[in-house]
Amino acid sequence: MSDTQYLAAKTIDEAVNAHEKANGTARFLAGGTDLLVQIKSGIRKPNLVIDIKKIVELNSINEISDGEFEVGASVSGANLNRNLKFAKLWPGVLEAFRLIGSEQIQGRASLGGNLCNGSPAGDSVPALIAAGCKAVIAGPKGKKDVPIENFHLGPGKTVLENGEMLVSLKFPKREANSADAYLRMTPRTEMDIAVVGCGVNISLENNVCTHARVSLGAVAPTPLLIKEASDIMVGSKLDDDILNKVSKMCMDACNPINDKRGTIDYRTKVAGVLFKRATKLATDRIGGNK
Amino acid sequence: MNEISNKWIGKNTIRPDGADKVTGRAQYSSDTTMPGMIWGHVLRSPHPHAKILSINTKKAEELEGVKAVITSKDVVDFPIDTPVILGIQDMRWMCRNVMARDKVLFHGHPLAAVAATTEEIAEKACELIEVEYDVLPWAIEIDDAIKPDAPILHDHIQFEGKSSNIAGTLEHKKGDIDKGFSEADVIIEREFKTEAVHQGYLETHSCLVSVAADGRATIWSSSQGQFMVRAMTSYLTGIPQSNIRAIPAEIGGGFGGKTIVYLEPLATILSQKTGRPVKIVMNREDTMRASGPTSGSKSKIKIGATKDGKIVAAQGTYYLQAGAFPGSPIRGAVGCSLAPYDIPNAHTFGYDVVSNRCKVAAYRAPGAPIGAYGVESVLDEIAEKLNMCPLELRKINAAKEGTQAVHGPTYPQMGYLETVEAAINHPHYKAPLGKHQGRGVASGFWFNAGGESSAQLNITEDGNVVVTTGHPDIGGSRASIANITAELLGIHHDKVSVLIGDTATIGYSNLTGGSRVLFASAMVVTESAKLVIKQLKQRAAKIWGIDEEAIEWENGEARPAGDNAGKFAPLTLAELAEKATATGGPIGAGYQVNTEGAEGGFATHICDVEVDMDLGIVRVKRYTSIQDVGKAIHPDYVEGQLHGGCVQGIGWALSEEYIYNKDGHLDNTGFLDYRMPVCSDLPMLDTVLIEIPNPKHPQGVRGVGEVPLVPPLAAISNAVYQAIGKRSYSLPMSPPKVLKIIEGN
Amino acid sequence: MAKIQVSTRINNENIDYLCEPHDTMLDILRNQLNLTGSKESCGSGDCGSCSVILDGELICSCLMLAAEAEGSNIETIEGMSEGGKLHALQQKFLEKAALQCGICTPGFLMASKALLDHNPSPTETEVRYWLAGNLCRCTGYDKIVKAVLEVADEMKESA
Repeated sequence: MSDTQYLAAKTIDEAVNAHEKANGTARFLAGGTDLLVQIKSGIRKPNLVIDIKKIVELNSINEISDGEFEVGASVSGANLNRNLKFAKLWPGVLEAFRLIGSEQIQGRASLGGNLCNGSPAGDSVPALIAAGCKAVIAGPKGKKDVPIENFHLGPGKTVLENGEMLVSLKFPKREANSADAYLRMTPRTEMDIAVVGCGVNISLENNVCTHARVSLGAVAPTPLLIKEASDIMVGSKLDDDILNKVSKMCMDACNPINDKRGTIDYRTKVAGVLFKRATKLATDRIGGNK
Repeated sequence: MNEISNKWIGKNTIRPDGADKVTGRAQYSSDTTMPGMIWGHVLRSPHPHAKILSINTKKAEELEGVKAVITSKDVVDFPIDTPVILGIQDMRWMCRNVMARDKVLFHGHPLAAVAATTEEIAEKACELIEVEYDVLPWAIEIDDAIKPDAPILHDHIQFEGKSSNIAGTLEHKKGDIDKGFSEADVIIEREFKTEAVHQGYLETHSCLVSVAADGRATIWSSSQGQFMVRAMTSYLTGIPQSNIRAIPAEIGGGFGGKTIVYLEPLATILSQKTGRPVKIVMNREDTMRASGPTSGSKSKIKIGATKDGKIVAAQGTYYLQAGAFPGSPIRGAVGCSLAPYDIPNAHTFGYDVVSNRCKVAAYRAPGAPIGAYGVESVLDEIAEKLNMCPLELRKINAAKEGTQAVHGPTYPQMGYLETVEAAINHPHYKAPLGKHQGRGVASGFWFNAGGESSAQLNITEDGNVVVTTGHPDIGGSRASIANITAELLGIHHDKVSVLIGDTATIGYSNLTGGSRVLFASAMVVTESAKLVIKQLKQRAAKIWGIDEEAIEWENGEARPAGDNAGKFAPLTLAELAEKATATGGPIGAGYQVNTEGAEGGFATHICDVEVDMDLGIVRVKRYTSIQDVGKAIHPDYVEGQLHGGCVQGIGWALSEEYIYNKDGHLDNTGFLDYRMPVCSDLPMLDTVLIEIPNPKHPQGVRGVGEVPLVPPLAAISNAVYQAIGKRSYSLPMSPPKVLKIIEGN
Repeated sequence: MAKIQVSTRINNENIDYLCEPHDTMLDILRNQLNLTGSKESCGSGDCGSCSVILDGELICSCLMLAAEAEGSNIETIEGMSEGGKLHALQQKFLEKAALQCGICTPGFLMASKALLDHNPSPTETEVRYWLAGNLCRCTGYDKIVKAVLEVADEMKESA
């Protein structure tokens, strides 16, 4: 990394311009908890590191209207955790985010970083997909929104082009009787990368599901939105039969790899189990049990 | 054993090194700097097995800031076919382990080192070194290393008449094994597999070496033995031991892994060449891939017992990975596995297998956990087959005073049976279990050790005491030595200061390991204290003008005794110190000896686990370690040893393993994927200290550090069996593996 | 290449230093400012040995560029005791044998301090999860957790 330059950008324009000018050799630095590890191990060798934490928009949590949040891309887990209203509305997103690394990592790591790192196993991503969240991207051609499920193109690859920067994450307005949940499987209780992660976001009206989104992480080259799950779940009472069907659907959607963290067979089975457990947790939350 | 008042022995005093450690001031070796210091970096092999055809260092040498580049040419060469034994190590392997010669034998094997003005330049220079390799086929797993057409690491190593990766064997025999099995009503035979695991010390290897213009070297390094560092560096550099001063920095964990050198000889040679102090710090990745883990293993255990639970025959065969050079801990596996039991007929056999992995180093009771894993698992099956409580089975067969162990010695007073009885009576053993929970038990043994030790005990002019010993303090030995010294001299603990001397300031002391340090240093401190007390009595005798024999030392003061009792006011240590010059000079004494009389330690553990039946995750819910610790000099730190060992065992059993990829590279070189237990993985840990004093030691010390890692592997495996009704025969019991067992595929 | 000048506050003292763009905060603390109490055991944020408190937030100093510290306030282990008097956590770690080799101790103390600053009466589970980012290989964490819980209790009593 000895040839790397450091720039602490103060505005979005400054960051975007610098990134564009570097022509693919720059990396944005949010919390740095992935980037610095990658630089140290030689996986990434950027010529320019653009620190974006000092840009106000990227470091703020805004409630645009009642129950509608926009979270800056570099807001840390520790910071978001202190927003009690967000925690109440999006417990699944918050628990997914909070599962990333230790308290020390939480002091720095951001939703934006977790997303832009492009790992199929990033904990917050399935929760953001389930939430129906959008990525707000600024670039040379102005701003645009991209649904999170379309953000990743493959391991380490995202839709961001040269000069484009993730500014914030826009959450949909939270309806009543809705809740989300995220569960992951790791061998230890903490400090591991998800072997499988599952985010579920549902709304219920008189025990009938009116909205459902299910997402899986670490089971394919990118985090998955299980679209067919929504079709079956909406209109149902989420009884065992439906849950078993969707669980099977989750398993069928898996296209994982064998690696040091898990086998294809194991990951596939776990995806089915976690879906059921996460749905139960979200349902309990709507009922006020958790 | 002497009667002891126990004013300080057995007290949880504040450790002498504590204040520096809680304020960040304690000096570990990488915290040390010197004027003019430069940095070293080591080039490591990208291949698991290759011939080195050429090394071109020219470009590296030309890089601005580079001061020296060294290769194996610069390290003393010992011919590969002639042993050069130093303790339990062989310098012909060591010289090749610190710097590859002719061949690289594992991914991460050093083959050059650079000294430069910054760490970065040194690193960059390493990238500029051009190495031509002829990549050879490699063998990582034991089965691949011992198959008939296996790639051979060392051509000169012969087994059964031809070149082989089996570098040695060891066996113990007792009675008639065939006859024994013929008397058995139940025989269980099983095969087991364990993976290599790392000691996981948080402090990576590092050192700072300064070779002065007159050729004298000073080494600051974190090791388990400054005298080991001196001797090995001397062998590998050719500098006489008298010209090397090895200063023991605080050590950030070792667990056996810092009983050999990696960097010190290289930094010494670099310092010699550059005339500058050279510091080298190994990063975590290199520590994992190139410093000793302990062996992975495969083993076969066969045990036979009669209907009433008497073990009549036991047989164990072990293959242990040595890494790239011979020297796996087969002695621990072969010698310890049956040691808790009185078995008439037994045969244990071990194979030392080299393969293209980093050379193993000692790890807490080296080999013994592997041995106990198989034996204690099979005993669990026998107990079940006999419909007998597994602790009852152990009680029936427990070795006692007078039992002849399978590995040879006849036991003196010892406390194995007491650990089993304490386990039977412990509330933990009777507590109800929840759904998908299981309880397992297992026992374990470690030899413990004596060996060379030196101490110096000086009285300061103001009547305080400074004790210097020669063993790095790895588990709180300074705190314990302070307790013992205060007890022996009858003074307040606060008056005693305990230091670890360097190789120039204290006599030879063997390294910290084998649970020997407190056993050995307490002995030499005791002898030193006796000599000092004798001097103190002589001084009082001189002052009072009476015979030395007419004086007794009590409660920190000289008192006239016998006919003279009451005739003079007692003289305190401080008063005698004040008069030292007038009565003959400084007061102090040293003692050094090869200590003997170490006796083994035994433990029995109880473990509860809960299994997630859908995900295969095993969590430890409750854990109790019961151990015959001999006399506990500082109970808190004895407990600490039991806690630490048990958690290392939990990691070994459930989540830790060396994972090699298809290229023969270690695939999990960081703490993210080398999964040591974290705080939230664990419950509070219960301990029971059974104090059966070692009759051959002045304070009854046995040694406690190693035994705690022996029983956990089997205790946890047995608990998992109870929880899920099926048994795992390999470690770690990772979630995918456990789920597979649950599902019965 | 030009070095970056950084003005910051460390342990309540104004500190200026020059760093390379790639230097981590830990590099500067240890190798330039001689604050070697923060340790590097992994360099990847997995062990917590380098824990410091940055503007009130617990972080790994190995995963922060030194250049990022401009205008911030950093607490390290060297600033934990005041005027020679140990912090209650430091004292309790000594009394309860919550350390053995001591290499992880500065990190545990910083993390424990940050915990009690945020949550003065944590449960055992909260302590265990908060400290999950700090590896200790010697103690099995038992005595560390007990020490932190005891300090929390005593702080409650004296409050």
